[in-house]
Amino acid sequence: MIADIKAFLSDFLVLGDPLIYGADISIVLSMVAIVFVLSYFKKWKWLWKEWLTTIDAKKIGIMYIIAALLMLFRGGIDALLMRSQITFPNEGFLDSQHYNEIFTTHGTIMILFMAMPFIVGMMNVAVPLQIGARDVAFPYLNALSFWLFFVGAMLFNLSFVIGGSPDAGWTSYTPLAGAKLDPGPGENYYLIGLQLAGIGTLATGVNFMATILKMRAPGMTLFKMPMFTWSSLITSLIIVFAFPVLTVALALLTIDRLFGAHFFTIASGGSPMMWANLFWIWGHPEVYIVILPAFGIFSEVISTFSHKKLFGYKAMVWSMVLISALSFVVWLHHFFTMGNTAAVNSVFSISTMAIAIPTGVKIFNWLFTLNKGRIEFSTAMLWALAFIPNFLIGGLTGVMLAIAPADYQYHNSYFLVAHFHSVLIGGTVFGMFAALHYWWPKMFGHVLNEKLGKISFWIFMVSFNICFLPMYFVGLMGMTRRMYTYPEGLGWMPLNVVITIGAFGMGIGFIVMVYNIYWSARYGKRDKTGDPWGGRTLEWATTSPAVEYNFAHIPKVETADAFLHMKEKGTTGQISKAPFKPIHMPNNSGKPFIQAWLMFFAGFGLVFEWYWLAIPAAAATMLVMAFRSFEYHDHHYIPVEEIERTESATGRLN
Amino acid sequence: MMNENVEQHNAHGGFPWKHVIGLILSLALTLIALWIVVSYSFSTTFTLASIIILAIFQALIQLLFFMHLNESKSRVWQIIAIGFGFFTAATVVVGSLWIMAYSL
Repeated sequence: MIADIKAFLSDFLVLGDPLIYGADISIVLSMVAIVFVLSYFKKWKWLWKEWLTTIDAKKIGIMYIIAALLMLFRGGIDALLMRSQITFPNEGFLDSQHYNEIFTTHGTIMILFMAMPFIVGMMNVAVPLQIGARDVAFPYLNALSFWLFFVGAMLFNLSFVIGGSPDAGWTSYTPLAGAKLDPGPGENYYLIGLQLAGIGTLATGVNFMATILKMRAPGMTLFKMPMFTWSSLITSLIIVFAFPVLTVALALLTIDRLFGAHFFTIASGGSPMMWANLFWIWGHPEVYIVILPAFGIFSEVISTFSHKKLFGYKAMVWSMVLISALSFVVWLHHFFTMGNTAAVNSVFSISTMAIAIPTGVKIFNWLFTLNKGRIEFSTAMLWALAFIPNFLIGGLTGVMLAIAPADYQYHNSYFLVAHFHSVLIGGTVFGMFAALHYWWPKMFGHVLNEKLGKISFWIFMVSFNICFLPMYFVGLMGMTRRMYTYPEGLGWMPLNVVITIGAFGMGIGFIVMVYNIYWSARYGKRDKTGDPWGGRTLEWATTSPAVEYNFAHIPKVETADAFLHMKEKGTTGQISKAPFKPIHMPNNSGKPFIQAWLMFFAGFGLVFEWYWLAIPAAAATMLVMAFRSFEYHDHHYIPVEEIERTESATGRLN
Repeated sequence: MMNENVEQHNAHGGFPWKHVIGLILSLALTLIALWIVVSYSFSTTFTLASIIILAIFQALIQLLFFMHLNESKSRVWQIIAIGFGFFTAATVVVGSLWIMAYSL
């Protein structure tokens, strides 16, 4: 009996690695600390009522962003562990298995659990405010989306202390990721974790498409929408059409692994290559899902801090539309070397290069927006300005990689690794940091400290280049990705040391940013105006942070840059002008939280093939959904008196 | 532009017959497709042809019974969305067949 328990635990828990024991201890300690703080300050009820059951898009956005920052920390630690190993390749810091696990979790976490929630968080924070709405179209679904993402991320992160991490790369290629070559729970964690988060993302796509198409303030036609809203609309469209492919691919591989099917094994007529094909049919649109909202943010930030109208609004929109269509016809460039015919490679090579055209149009539009503008070098603007050259390097090396014959040389090398980090960090991460500084006052009512912000910007941006520029060269010298060690005498060592110095520098930049968040929360300048930057769009028309219902009166829109127009006409007071009408709002609900955690347990059961857990948890999930269907009292009206109280508390009532 | 900020009502109009019929039909189509494949009683060509036809009906049922295809006042978004859907579906299917042709 005791021997059985011992045997079970030695499989269930990851044993034998001091790094993992350290992680176990810190996880237990931080959980105890969280429980203690919440109990000591009697905050459990507050947590439940204000956050866990909220369906307010603004709060959901904040929770997404907190989760994204935590995941950035986790993914960053993974990166630093890898860099330490590569810098001293023969010291045995990490063994090959541990290294495989770490690059797998680094990639998966950074894309799915850092970039995605960061973007969706910004959409939640800004889109309803920018279009003059009071919430998203389906607030309950929005909360469910968040909690599904959250439990998906938690399930995935659990893997490294319970059962073992996935180790087949973030692309999880078959046959390596199949049941035969990679048995055990690791890859199951990948499949189920991504599945849960992916369902949440799909619902977000539907939600924001409906919100933007149906809930804009009167007068805001499509071509008067702010550029970030446009980018969110296009992104939602890509999500709705790309994510189902991931859902299906993950489900097929799950069926392969758990129930012995052969979709991706040669054995009974399946095809391992089909996984690569399906993965990238989703995977390439996915990279546009994470970059287009960043483009939208740069448009907002550059226009605001140049104090100028965005140059070429319509060209910006149509280039995004074109990018969204092209993003679906380039996926093969991720596996040029799989052995396709020359004709296949040529077509996808050309379609890939074609994407550079609309992207180039956008770059020129930003430059012309800056031209003759009154440029203000705020922290948000610095991130936006740094984006242009850094992203350009990534974009141009992307065109080099798109040349199929040349790709036979570059592929799987550090040149490729440097390329996609240039576009993902130089584009998405810089964009999210710009957005963080730009919308921080709108989220929390105080601005982030500019001096600390600029210090963190310079440290991070310079370190980013120290890290990734040498990586192109070490790639051209022949170093391939995902190798955990290499012999002496290849000449890679000096460049690798430089790269690692850059990587740790980025870590320091991030720490300064986190310190800035702490410092500004305590001492930062409070934003009483609601409009700290001289904003142009409607999110600056309301208070910072925005009141529960966003706008007491829905603003009337006449032009693009609607708030600027209102300021010029002197009609900004209209939003808070009595008399008011009762405001219709959705009720909070604990069901999304409960349902998502039930799905977590169902997922955990599937990971370990414990059907005694998976089946009841899945049934309970259905039950929660059935209860929700019969919930008729899901909304309330905020009475006029309460609106008057809120508005006069903000000092806006006139 | 229609503004749904001002008015949002939950319509509770009677028993949702449409959804129930849709559910039964879609379950029936799924079970028929499963039976055709699992029973092994037909030729490969017939099996493939029939499950593709069933899949098309399945898609139509989803669109008509659950996705409010013909209930909107402005059709333009539906046409764009369905058009883009056809574009991506065709790209995925034709593209995959072409890419994988060398190994089939």
